[in-house]
Amino acid sequence: MSAAALIDVAGITKDYVTPGGVDVPVLHGIDLAIRRGEFVAIMGQSGSGKSTLMNILGCLDSPTAGRYVLTGNDVSALRDGQLAAVRNKTIGFVFQGFNLLKRMTALDNVALPLAYAGVSKREARRRARAQLERIGLGEFAGRLPNQLSGGQQQRVAIARALVMEPALVLADEPTGNLDTQTSNEIIDIFVKLNREQHMTVILVTHEPDIAARADRLVRLKDGVITYDGPAATGPSGARA
Amino acid sequence: MSFFQVLAEAFRAMGMNRLRTALTMLGMIIGVGAVVLMLAIGQGAQSKINASIASMGSNLFIVVPGSTSSSGVRFGFGNAQTLTVADANALGEVPSVATAAPVVLGQFQLVAGNNNWRTTVFGVTAAYFTLRSWDLETGDMFGDEELRTFARVAVIGQTIAANLFPDEDPLGKTIRIRNSPYTVVGMLTKKGQSLDGRDQDDGVFVPLPTARQQLMRSSFPGSVNMIMAQARTAAQMPEAEFEMAQLLRIRHRLREGQEDDFSLRNMTAIAETAAVAARAMSLMLGAIASISLLVGGIGIMNIMLVSVTERTREIGIRMALGARKRDILLQFLTEAVVQSVFGGALGVALGVGGGWAVAQLAEMPVEVTAMSIVVAFGFAAAIGIFFGFYPARKAALLRPVEALRYE
Repeated sequence: MSAAALIDVAGITKDYVTPGGVDVPVLHGIDLAIRRGEFVAIMGQSGSGKSTLMNILGCLDSPTAGRYVLTGNDVSALRDGQLAAVRNKTIGFVFQGFNLLKRMTALDNVALPLAYAGVSKREARRRARAQLERIGLGEFAGRLPNQLSGGQQQRVAIARALVMEPALVLADEPTGNLDTQTSNEIIDIFVKLNREQHMTVILVTHEPDIAARADRLVRLKDGVITYDGPAATGPSGARA
Repeated sequence: MSFFQVLAEAFRAMGMNRLRTALTMLGMIIGVGAVVLMLAIGQGAQSKINASIASMGSNLFIVVPGSTSSSGVRFGFGNAQTLTVADANALGEVPSVATAAPVVLGQFQLVAGNNNWRTTVFGVTAAYFTLRSWDLETGDMFGDEELRTFARVAVIGQTIAANLFPDEDPLGKTIRIRNSPYTVVGMLTKKGQSLDGRDQDDGVFVPLPTARQQLMRSSFPGSVNMIMAQARTAAQMPEAEFEMAQLLRIRHRLREGQEDDFSLRNMTAIAETAAVAARAMSLMLGAIASISLLVGGIGIMNIMLVSVTERTREIGIRMALGARKRDILLQFLTEAVVQSVFGGALGVALGVGGGWAVAQLAEMPVEVTAMSIVVAFGFAAAIGIFFGFYPARKAALLRPVEALRYE
């Protein structure tokens, strides 16, 4: 597979049907190609459609029309079961609210995707522990999420996103609930992942400072891409 | 996800909200307990009736004289003196009939030493005991010799022994009936209650000729109060009934169209009616108890629906991490089934314990059968699946985006 074709989105639209039966278009034809190893920030105001785009890229939602090719496979045509497998193996999610399962230890949270992949419990725990250690949380493996700080929780969530060795990490405002210093630490992890392991990272954010650390910026407004270019340059860049 | 992992998840989820889990299970515990207990009570009643039926003797007919009428006043069955010892002997010769035993009976006051007791005295032949499969506990049976010589001997039931001879061996003692002394030669084994609730051990048996001549003082030659007859096999019951009726009509010279002057009762059929009634009661008790089982199931469904709603976000997270619909369905279904199965197991314990308590306190016959436990337990599991399926399906059909967005 060529490095050029990790994500290839062509003419994607998404309409929401309100309970009253009214079609509300959210995305009006998005074209986007992301190569392996890119670090892309997606910015836009609320209502711009960036969350919808993230959900579609993450195979959590399907587009109304258009084509979405992920790692060479057309995922817009996949059935629910196959989409679950794509989410499990190809995509790692990091959410704003951490989204750890609160009654599970950090270790079990990280091991959960492995369980859904059919990995044996023992092997899943071994790999989850290794992942936690890599992210510097080895000693907190047995803690429940509410026994961890926000930054620690988000690092556990990152470990969980990485444990299946996905092709792509999708981070939806991962620092939204964190203070500035912790935010920087979390972003450092993504940057390091991208630089050292060439992990493809797509990051949705409100904050220009954070978007500026990406390679490429995609700006959305009212369901269309208004800017797609280098992150840190020009007045129409991240700081615009 | 392996079965054990799913099971561990179920236990973890149940452990999160212990009070709620316990209350949900309580519904199943009460439901299953009620089913097991009610079936045990029904089974106990059935067993008691079956024991009564067995004590009666098998394939049994009772022939009693027909009704008499005088100037249009009808006196009911048993008043005519139409049955004789000769009839009994003739019935005994019918091929499908194994034995026929003539019986006379009457109520008399018995006196023995300082004790007295009113009871039924039966005049019988040895055939009577064969027919009722009634053995002696101690002593000897009277035989042809005693019948021929009008001997004043008696075989007594255990209730008589207890009332007339409370602390002594009745054998060889004398009982006075109508001022004549009778020597006790034997005591029968315990029979217990009959189907109509009579104490079958409350009776004295003397040779038929002695009873006819000295106690009943019957004027009609050879008349008896009833004839008991036993068919050779259960299959031959209808045949025996028909043949006996024909024979009696011929012997009594009844014309075509004339009413029978006797009544032939199929005791086995009566017993079966009683058994059917007991089974019906047993079934009804079980059905009523099943309703509580159903209510328990609805309780599980209710809680699972609440649980699915509360854990919508968790479901969304799991889906984002790669859980398929099947995984989510299985997770919630397992929770429901685990609760119903555990509730069922505790319910079985409650039912068995309750059965024991009822047997002790109410002195009712209670019989917990393995069958009732298996049925109640199976139902509990089935109810868990049935009522757990809808909430589990609801969880599985959630769309990942919406589940994740749920606050």
